[in-house]
Amino acid sequence: MSAAAGPAGGVRRIGRLEPAALAGVMSRDVAVFGRYWKATTFSSVVQPTIYLLAFGIGFGSLLPHVVGVKYALYVSTGVVATAVLFSSAFPGMFNTFVRWQFQRTYDAVLAAPVDVEELITAEVLWISVRAGVYGVAPLLVGFAFGLEPVWGMLLVPLVGFVTGYGFAAFGVTVAAVAKTIDNFNYVTSAVLTPMFLVAGTFFPVSTLPPVMRTIAQINPLYHCVQLVRDCSFGRLGVADLGHAAVLIAFALLMWRLAIWQLGKRLID
Amino acid sequence: MSRVDSAISLRGVVKRFGPITAVDGLDLEVPAGVCFGLLGPNGAGKSTTMRMLTAQTLADEGEIEVLGFELPRESKQSRLEMGVVPQLDNLDVELSCRQILTVFSRLYRVPRAEREQAVERALGIANLQPRADTIVRELSGGMRRRLLVARGLIHRPRLVLLDEPTVGLDPQVRQELWSLIDGLRTEGVTVLMSTHYIEEAERLADTVAVMSSGRVIAQGTPAELVREHAGEQVVEVYGPPEELERVLGQASASGWTSRRSGPAVAIMRAETLDGSAPDGVRRPANLEDAFVALTGEEIE
Repeated sequence: MSAAAGPAGGVRRIGRLEPAALAGVMSRDVAVFGRYWKATTFSSVVQPTIYLLAFGIGFGSLLPHVVGVKYALYVSTGVVATAVLFSSAFPGMFNTFVRWQFQRTYDAVLAAPVDVEELITAEVLWISVRAGVYGVAPLLVGFAFGLEPVWGMLLVPLVGFVTGYGFAAFGVTVAAVAKTIDNFNYVTSAVLTPMFLVAGTFFPVSTLPPVMRTIAQINPLYHCVQLVRDCSFGRLGVADLGHAAVLIAFALLMWRLAIWQLGKRLID
Repeated sequence: MSRVDSAISLRGVVKRFGPITAVDGLDLEVPAGVCFGLLGPNGAGKSTTMRMLTAQTLADEGEIEVLGFELPRESKQSRLEMGVVPQLDNLDVELSCRQILTVFSRLYRVPRAEREQAVERALGIANLQPRADTIVRELSGGMRRRLLVARGLIHRPRLVLLDEPTVGLDPQVRQELWSLIDGLRTEGVTVLMSTHYIEEAERLADTVAVMSSGRVIAQGTPAELVREHAGEQVVEVYGPPEELERVLGQASASGWTSRRSGPAVAIMRAETLDGSAPDGVRRPANLEDAFVALTGEEIE
């Protein structure tokens, strides 16, 4: 190899998951967010808040207490998971599909020194950071209902981030597999909606029949709800290590699945 | 041509998509510092070849080297020094020119201290300084294309890939882009340009490779290709359809290279036909004649 047309001595070797590549892709997300933050924030915050108000006030008058807490507070902590789910799975599906298929942004990015793994990781990271922040909104509303601020709540954004990472990557995987954007409806109706209902958000999983209880155990959102509640009511214990482990495993699994599925479609 | 002097080197490259073989045993050497034109009809495998050079399409067989880096293993290193201008507009319509260029200056690892300067320089290349903060969605087609080119040059690449750079543009914008591409060559940047516009290849390319059915069927300077495949002169015979049919029949019976050319039949190598050529308008042979003689396909 000559110096003129080859990797001469001193040329920087670039490896996997380079911070510069991740930062570059995320800088694009930040720029887009700078334009749409109002709409994005509105939908991510208002939707769970409506659930919270509807269920908290509506059911709250019928059943004042659930598992020893005021029902409104039970819901406000549960809806954190819903907020995280909405602000991660949906951007994961729609943003990915639009940028990949309609705007061809990913084609442009992959022509630069960025590989598929970096591109997807950066996109998922950005969504999950956002989801972690938005996930706090229901707690803020909860304060208005008398939720007591406790130190453990500082962990909630982190729980939201890890959960959001898994669901963002899940969304990317769905976008990779979907033939058209309409197919997302199947996932929304058949997967996401049941998932957030059977997660202990609005009623304890223990009230469900055994089969449903078992299903809840493998629902990452259930573990998110449990963890957030234990953080918020100062009840953190050994069981929460298990919840955290499930969420981390889900995030890692979905991350690799997203890279594999979208990767084989981006690079032909 | 030794390997080290090549900016791009492909040997025996094959790419299949299901039952279709898009690239079929392609050999190509692009020397450093030239403007190299990849000319071919639609479906000849030009775009697939372009995508393979950024490892966005992986070859089934053969070896590819770009700027001395072996693909796909070292593709990321080669992409660091290479700019790409795609055929299809893939600009971020939600962002402003400045935002797009800033994002790509980061993706191409322009050092932080130089980013602002690089963005200004690129805006200058695109002649978009007054529209720097305009959202891409509001730009005209010509402006978008110029921005697309500037985006690929943000990091002063050694090699630039242009995939059909002027397709669908009006003549004035096309002229602007041609001057821009010509300027790159003057600066010593290697340019690989795919095109199905004969004039584009003729004006800009030092060397042209004619692609057909996934391989290179002829290569040389535009003048060499014309001389070799269409001769010096062409005679164009005009007339009613039945007359043209008769001339075409006569040409094939006599073994002359001929083609339909709009309302006329063009017979190549007219200088060798002496008195036997039919009456018509004589003109110098051009790259289009050579191209049609080579591929048997009319262009546009």
